[in-house]
Amino acid sequence: MQPRHTLTILVILVALSAALFLFYQLPGGAVAYILERRAIKLAALIVTAVAIAISTSIFQTVSGNRILTPSILGLDTLYLLVQTLLMFLLGAKSLAMMGRISDFLLSVAVMIVFSLALFSLLFGKHTMPLTMVLFLGMVFGQLFGALASFFQLLIDPNEFLTVQARMFASFNSVNTALLFSSSVIVAAIACALVFFLDILDVLSLGRESAITLGVDHRRASRLFLIIVAILTAIATALVGPVTFLGLLVVSLARQIAPTYRHSIILPTSCLLSMLFLIVGQLLFERIFHFNTPISIIINFAGGIYLLSHLILRGTV
Amino acid sequence: MITINHATKRYGSRSVVNDVSLSIGEGTLTTLIGANGAGKSTLLSLVGRLLEGEGEFLLEGKRIDRYPSTELAKRLSMLRQSNHITVRLTVAELVGFGRFPYSRSRLTAADRRIVSEAIEAMDLTNLSGKYLDQLSGGERQRASIAMIIAQDTKYILLDEPLNNLDMAHSVHIMKLLRTLVDERGKTVILVLHDINFASCYSDAIIAMKDGTLVYHAPTDDVITPDALQQIYGMEIPVCEHRGRRFCLYHL
Repeated sequence: MQPRHTLTILVILVALSAALFLFYQLPGGAVAYILERRAIKLAALIVTAVAIAISTSIFQTVSGNRILTPSILGLDTLYLLVQTLLMFLLGAKSLAMMGRISDFLLSVAVMIVFSLALFSLLFGKHTMPLTMVLFLGMVFGQLFGALASFFQLLIDPNEFLTVQARMFASFNSVNTALLFSSSVIVAAIACALVFFLDILDVLSLGRESAITLGVDHRRASRLFLIIVAILTAIATALVGPVTFLGLLVVSLARQIAPTYRHSIILPTSCLLSMLFLIVGQLLFERIFHFNTPISIIINFAGGIYLLSHLILRGTV
Repeated sequence: MITINHATKRYGSRSVVNDVSLSIGEGTLTTLIGANGAGKSTLLSLVGRLLEGEGEFLLEGKRIDRYPSTELAKRLSMLRQSNHITVRLTVAELVGFGRFPYSRSRLTAADRRIVSEAIEAMDLTNLSGKYLDQLSGGERQRASIAMIIAQDTKYILLDEPLNNLDMAHSVHIMKLLRTLVDERGKTVILVLHDINFASCYSDAIIAMKDGTLVYHAPTDDVITPDALQQIYGMEIPVCEHRGRRFCLYHL
């Protein structure tokens, strides 16, 4: 199938699922209020979907590895650690007083500072190979996870419940102001990327070919890794850890659009990602009436897909 | 003109290239020879800015690291030993990347013409729509060379371009490189393991041993039993056939 047709079909599917999400099972009263709530949730789903899809595909291109996600940088567990520590140090009351916005800003800032520190190893004086830096990120991720669990043992059980709610991605309590600023940043990055799509294509040929073709490999990878960190941090702080979704949709996108061109891979991944999140959330809330966070089903379905793919085809 | 002043590359305490200085004139075909681990590829990669090392590397009198990346990519191209490409790409798409320094991804009609000429020159016209992972090692190697040819730079560095190639294609490529030098004024520097190709097609030979420069001289001065003994540490008889020197080291 032509990539253009694939994209058109995906756009139609996303539009249909969005319409369904807004209007399906609309109760009799308070239509305006419910529509507004649903629209906010839909926007959150879309922003997250785009941030995750873009960050995962760029990360795979820069690292030259198709089974990595930015979660290897340890940002998910760092987020949990920040949340746990805030609860531990301030307690539920002060945390509530501090407000979602300061909490969000703090989490995003910590995650970005950590990523920059990690990347400085890559581009600083003593250059370290990327695999080493990713390995360090993974080790730090484990450390943050372990520390978070440790502090979770120490805090009050009620406060633990609040933290636990943040451990899984959830679209039910997204703050409107945060959503607005996140969408502005994600949209700005997505627009800026349009000018860099062909540089990403060259980067996917590998470091040496990229240098020979006149791409400043260091500068380009640094720029793209920072973009990955910002997008991952925003998505994580907005709804919780969902990076596994990225692996799933980018891998699927490469299946249905087998090309090196980021001008096709990126939109395909974004649309698939939206489709998955919107349909997933729709099934969850309104068909099955589950109260479980959607990320559980994403990880479950995604894990089965990737495992079967690995076993049946031997590649990702 | 490419000038190298005191090039040194160390990995830990071991120097792979040790204080090499030389200069290579325009419009020549120069071959780097030497045993495994002599530092040939490393020296070439230092010039091609794929590796960072000590020393000064000048292209037409200007330091290579002072050129803007895109400008340099219009003057100097390099083929690496193992071009391992993980993305799914057709031959034509790969060769099209050779035009990236000039037109980025928006190829003009002139770019497309250059690309198809490069594909034809590498005898890949029938395969141009095939994906790289469907090709043999030699066909992939030719596709990579076609990309370098499409890049159309004045200076061309090739690290073992004859890897994986059969005899006919090897001869074809060496003849093509000779034409590029003689008719289009290109400067080609390549690493070869087949010393007879080096002998038949190069203007000059650079011989390296244990990271140091042993010889940089016109081809006939290096293809002698004495010089080869010094470079390779083995006895290599040299004979002549149709005015060319051949090394018979197989026995």
